[in-house]
Amino acid sequence: MNVTVNGKPMVLEPGTTVEGLLELLRVPRQFTAVAVNREITPKSEYATVKLGDGDRVEVVRPMGGG
Amino acid sequence: MYDTNLVIGGKEFSSRLIVGTGKYSSNDIMRQAHEESGAQIVTVAIRRVSLPGSGESILDFIDTKRYTLLPNTAGCYTADEAVRTAYLAREAGLGDMVKLEVIGDSRTLFPDVQGLLEATKTLARDGFIVMPYTNDDPVVAKRLEEAGAAVVMPLGAPIGSGLGIRNPYNIKIILETVAVPVIVDAGVGTASDAAIAMELGCDGVLMNTAIAAARDPVAMARAMRLAVEAGRLASKAGRMSKKLYATASSPLEGVPDWTS
Repeated sequence: MNVTVNGKPMVLEPGTTVEGLLELLRVPRQFTAVAVNREITPKSEYATVKLGDGDRVEVVRPMGGG
Repeated sequence: MYDTNLVIGGKEFSSRLIVGTGKYSSNDIMRQAHEESGAQIVTVAIRRVSLPGSGESILDFIDTKRYTLLPNTAGCYTADEAVRTAYLAREAGLGDMVKLEVIGDSRTLFPDVQGLLEATKTLARDGFIVMPYTNDDPVVAKRLEEAGAAVVMPLGAPIGSGLGIRNPYNIKIILETVAVPVIVDAGVGTASDAAIAMELGCDGVLMNTAIAAARDPVAMARAMRLAVEAGRLASKAGRMSKKLYATASSPLEGVPDWTS
């Protein structure tokens, strides 16, 4: 299935969860937040929320700023 | 001299200097500057991770047990974007303090006060400790306080301009207008600017570029720490009144007579 992660197209196995995506991207869990189609996914639901075809995913972390 | 702590939404801080994490030439310089600044709160932006996400992170250079991370909503141009960013930060585990920015114009980065008020109301209602970056308008400061802001953070000058405290009289009026702490956010260029903010009676100063863009950021961080402390002390000590003409410091009596 096709999803968009941080604005970039990605092809994922059907049934990939948020947890699976973070694993694939090697993003640490601490201080990370995820939103799928503008809705924030609570950390407690990473393992259960399955991504769907056409989903738009945002994966954010703290970066340098003022 | 005995001094009270800076209290923000029930959290206490002995340092009155808040520093940023942006624009440093290296993460190691940033870490050293943080150390020298004595700051207990450091601001961070919330941004998309570069993928794959295994690269170096600023968080490897910030002891999160020692520093309180203050996420900002920089880059948000609507209340909705800013509110969503604050929720993302909270879900990321950055706590419930937020430096709220709703920008109205990309050239000046001046705040959109209408959006700012709206976002402040929403986030305060949802339990955030809202720290809005605002202009130096005392009426807006009052409205932000009424909307539930934990502090108000008027600009001294545009973000990253280093122009100093351009309207000290408005900052003074804001201090008389609101009961919540007043923290000057943006515009500080050098140590005397920070001292002036504190001498006016401000409760703290927030800065990023003044330290990060100095030739020696680590030395400037120390200068800022001393300036904030000096300004605070001077404010507490109460300055002398200004006079147009001289008043002699030495006694006028007992001057030897050299006339022949």
